[in-house]
Amino acid sequence: MNTENIPDAATTANRFTETELVRKKYRAESVAKYLFLSMAILMIIPLVSLVSYVVYRAWPSLGLEFILEVPLRGMREGGVWSALVGTVYLVVVALSISAPVGVLAAIYLNEYAKDNWFHRAINLAVINLAGVPSIVHALFGLGAFVYAAKFGYSILSASLTLAIMTMPVVITSTREALNAVPQSFREACWNVGATRWQTIRRIVLPNSISGVLTGVILEVSRTAGETAPIMFTGAVFYKAVERGDFLPYHLTDQCMALSLHLFAISTQVPDVKESLPFATAVVLLLVVLSVNATSIGLRTWLRSRKKW
Amino acid sequence: MSEANHIEVEGLRLSYGHQEVLHGISFAVRRHEILGVIGPAQSGKTSLLRCLNRTIEFTPGAHVSGTVRVDGEDVRKVASVYELRRKIGMVAPLPVGLPLTIYDNVAFAPRCAGLRARAALDGLVEKCLRQAALWDEVKDRLDTLGTRLSGGQQQRLTIARALSHQPEVLCLDEFSIAIDPVTTMRIEEVLKELRREMTIILVTNLVQQARRLADRTMFLWNGEIVELDRSEVIFSEQPASRQTYEYVNGIFG
Repeated sequence: MNTENIPDAATTANRFTETELVRKKYRAESVAKYLFLSMAILMIIPLVSLVSYVVYRAWPSLGLEFILEVPLRGMREGGVWSALVGTVYLVVVALSISAPVGVLAAIYLNEYAKDNWFHRAINLAVINLAGVPSIVHALFGLGAFVYAAKFGYSILSASLTLAIMTMPVVITSTREALNAVPQSFREACWNVGATRWQTIRRIVLPNSISGVLTGVILEVSRTAGETAPIMFTGAVFYKAVERGDFLPYHLTDQCMALSLHLFAISTQVPDVKESLPFATAVVLLLVVLSVNATSIGLRTWLRSRKKW
Repeated sequence: MSEANHIEVEGLRLSYGHQEVLHGISFAVRRHEILGVIGPAQSGKTSLLRCLNRTIEFTPGAHVSGTVRVDGEDVRKVASVYELRRKIGMVAPLPVGLPLTIYDNVAFAPRCAGLRARAALDGLVEKCLRQAALWDEVKDRLDTLGTRLSGGQQQRLTIARALSHQPEVLCLDEFSIAIDPVTTMRIEEVLKELRREMTIILVTNLVQQARRLADRTMFLWNGEIVELDRSEVIFSEQPASRQTYEYVNGIFG
């Protein structure tokens, strides 16, 4: 073949030949990608196996009847109604305390607070409070609410303890949501003579509400599973409740809770029907997952109405 | 003070932390003039504007000394800072359409000031949008989002918003940075109209823009005023300072 007439051929061919360096680069690239992918897949395995195992073991007991029935025969049979209602009570009361306080505090810290030692101290407190182990919160709740404030072992004491525990996380997630609103919007408002509150009410809040709400709701699922704090302050192993009764407890009553119930029938009560603890776990999982699903749905809906 | 001066700045110093960005500058803005402010980046132009309406206070670590008087009144002693800010219209370099409808964007400031009557708001919105040369393009879709407008339209929307609180001074901070030359020329026409009603401070990177519009031009460099004079002088062959001549003619900066 006469290459003299097409002098560019050689250089063109050369330009696309893989050098050793290029091959090495590709190799590293695919190794990295599949390594990360395998780690990501690894995350699914525990969830899928956990859920399927629990559901499989729980199967004989599962059903609407299990949810509506109260524990029978010294918690060896029956359902989880009293515990389920107790958990809902605790979460709702805790959240109705921590959500307003947390959100309002976050608005102050994010929108008003200047960078000085006082506000830095508050920030530090929030961060550290989030890191306090739940068992320590439990002990604090016992001392502060049960004894010092004389609320006794009650839903109120337990919910207050849970509220204090969740507040820093509510604050942090709310601040993140507020921060996502561009600073330029605020400056535009200030420039036309709007006060901070007018800016917050008309621009910042409407555009961060999805983040604020989902953050708060996600806190619910965390609260629902807590055991130690409520065990110290207001949850009991057993309390007699009518089947399907929606309002069995008063604020000052002790109550049952799913997490503690699960602990009790798994470790404290002999001869429990084998599938019962697993069915209880499934109900707890359902509570948490449905709350998460609500939160995701709400976020999607609110995002679709986002304006910039 | 003299009646002819709308804004008087005396010995204005501004520092962020330990870094001083304005080194004690003094000047006056006359009523119904267009004052051009030119100078390279980092020369303190934007900071200067933010001192006028005290939005500088939102910047952590900013420290201001010296006096700024608007209508003879020290801005640090005004009864209501919100009233002061309504007196001064601000247009930022990048257009900021608030995430509201076009109508609400313009009605935002009047509403914050307590105006509720629909008829009055309607009239004001139309007037401001007309002044900003945007009315014809958006009059049929006032209820669509302001953030969906094009960049040039959003910038005019920003100007309409700045006019909506009926300011006496209009500050434009490099308003043409994000918009095309044709739109820029349209807004420049608007400014020539507006100067009959208000004083205009025009901060610009475009030396030619200052030459076209400004009655007087101030050359700010490294936080100091190099020269402030009638635009004919600044852009002539013999401004008082050699530096000005070189900057204006693109020899440095």
